[in-house]
Amino acid sequence: MQEHDLSFVRVEMALAQSAPSSERGLGAWIRKNLIASTGDTILTIIGIVLVAMILPQLIGWAFINAQWIGTDRTFCATVAQGGIQPDGWSGACWAFVNAKFGQFMFGRYPIDERWRPILVAILFVALLVPLLIPKVPRKGLNAILFFGALPIFAFFLLVGGVFGLPHVETSLWGGLLVTLTLSFVGIAVSLPLGIVLALGRRSKMPIVKMLCVIFIETVRGIPLITVLFMASVMLPLFLPAGVSFDKFLRALIGVSLFAAAYMSEVVRGGLQAIPKGQYEGADSLGLGYWQKMGLIVLPQALKLVIPGIVNTFIGMFKDTSLVSIISMFDLLGVVKQNFSDPNWATPQTARSGLVFAAFVFWLFCFGMSRYSMFTERRLDTGHKR
Amino acid sequence: MTIENAVSAEEIKVNAAKMQVSTTDVAIDIIGMHKWYGEFHVLKDINLKVMRGERIVICGPSGSGKSTMIRCINRLEEHQKGKIIVDGKELTNDLKKIDEVRREVGMVFQHFNLFPHLTILENCTLAPIWVRKTPKKQAEEIAMHFLKRVKIPEQANKYPGQLSGGQQQRVAIARSLCMNPRIMLFDEPTSALDPEMIKEVLETMVGLAEEGMTMLCVTHEMGFARKVANRVIFMDQGQIVEQNTPAEFFDNPRHERTKLFLSQILH
Repeated sequence: MQEHDLSFVRVEMALAQSAPSSERGLGAWIRKNLIASTGDTILTIIGIVLVAMILPQLIGWAFINAQWIGTDRTFCATVAQGGIQPDGWSGACWAFVNAKFGQFMFGRYPIDERWRPILVAILFVALLVPLLIPKVPRKGLNAILFFGALPIFAFFLLVGGVFGLPHVETSLWGGLLVTLTLSFVGIAVSLPLGIVLALGRRSKMPIVKMLCVIFIETVRGIPLITVLFMASVMLPLFLPAGVSFDKFLRALIGVSLFAAAYMSEVVRGGLQAIPKGQYEGADSLGLGYWQKMGLIVLPQALKLVIPGIVNTFIGMFKDTSLVSIISMFDLLGVVKQNFSDPNWATPQTARSGLVFAAFVFWLFCFGMSRYSMFTERRLDTGHKR
Repeated sequence: MTIENAVSAEEIKVNAAKMQVSTTDVAIDIIGMHKWYGEFHVLKDINLKVMRGERIVICGPSGSGKSTMIRCINRLEEHQKGKIIVDGKELTNDLKKIDEVRREVGMVFQHFNLFPHLTILENCTLAPIWVRKTPKKQAEEIAMHFLKRVKIPEQANKYPGQLSGGQQQRVAIARSLCMNPRIMLFDEPTSALDPEMIKEVLETMVGLAEEGMTMLCVTHEMGFARKVANRVIFMDQGQIVEQNTPAEFFDNPRHERTKLFLSQILH
């Protein structure tokens, strides 16, 4: 019988070795991720078949068969429909988008004055890009210019009526201009206001707390359509005769307050996730309430809820389309409005216009989403242990 | 009788000659203090006078109110009856007074409570810069001085999540010291640490005691209590049951509850 030895002393410490080659390389990746088991293999095959069925058709419609240039409907209609395309043709009518591009961007903003929104857009991008890149210095000045100076400048430039610029009524605004203005103001107002509301809701002062709860629950309990409708149709009934707000301004306020209510609940979720010890650590060092919140609690809480914040931003960005019910025309509104243009009435017009609008919305939302993921990774100081 | 702690009394080296206790200068005075959580009476008739330079260890079973008591001293908890006077300032609802007291009283927590989104150095300079209005450069010099004292200056630019528990706790001590406090409160500073790391934290605390810091320490490190404390307080059911010099307390406990407690933790 073999003796069972209870004592053992290691003579030499084992050295770390590199992983076996079967764990590395493309082959290992495919084995692990695509054909690990029978079930996995079946799912992989189904996936490939689905892509193979859909993708060629999509590419054919959007690129290969698409009509890129043209001046009227004949370019996008088949012979039977009174156009130049062969019968049975199916392709995107990008000519329509091309012809209406100016309208999609600016709505009915006078053509001679369109340099104004373009200038604002250039400044917007010029200030936004350095703000988004962490390495660029002077963030404070940049933020003041972006959130303080730019909106004031943009307001006078877009509305006009001063410095010899002709006045452009907001009812003429439209397209992406309206979508982006609404979203920018909504984002810039809703985040700080949402933070204040969230702090208020967690306040120990009963009156402050009650006011915040009433605001949040009221606004959150009403559909955005109702808020916009009330702002545009019912508000004038309560105002004295002769006093009137600009309709666009009312929509701006409505969207901002609406988003702030949602934002405050997202932020509150983050505040609740911060352990009590962080508050106590800050208290024990003698930090005041605003220092404690601004330096310790909010930086951590906001970082935790970046996905929720961006979710709200993206939701709001798309909800701006609802202003069409108060006859303001955002990007989608203008696109839809142009379907009824007899000069462009073909079976492909609506499809192409909607795909274009969807693509523009997607582009902005995807950008926000990717940037938020980048920020999450950048701010992760690895405290999850 | 041996002491079953990670660090035995023999391992703790103390220069007792340096530890002077004032006979006239009162650091903390607690007079007839009571506290309730709702209907639950957690602290009952606490009377405690702490002289400048005293090192007090508070022990007792869990739920006996020892943490709650020291948390009342910097108003992390509110008391409902009686008086707490810290450094001549009475703690009331006056927020300004509370902040004044907190500036003078450092606290070290069981779970460190470092700020995970800030580097070690930023953790240490935050309060001096924002509360004491120290210029940034000077605050960083002070922080590095104390980080050297707790023997981790090389970690200054890391984040708390990258440090071991013992290192984090030493940073927490350094962070408190950067505010130049006159009193230090320790709330079970070694309870969340691995056995190998307890010693490094205790050594830091011994160093503080030798410099004459007034310390109140909730701990079950009896070796530390025996060597460093000049008074041990035993609490049970929200009241102070017994207090004495460490030698008397450990070798000659008088209250039945104290005897039972000591027999449970000493073998």
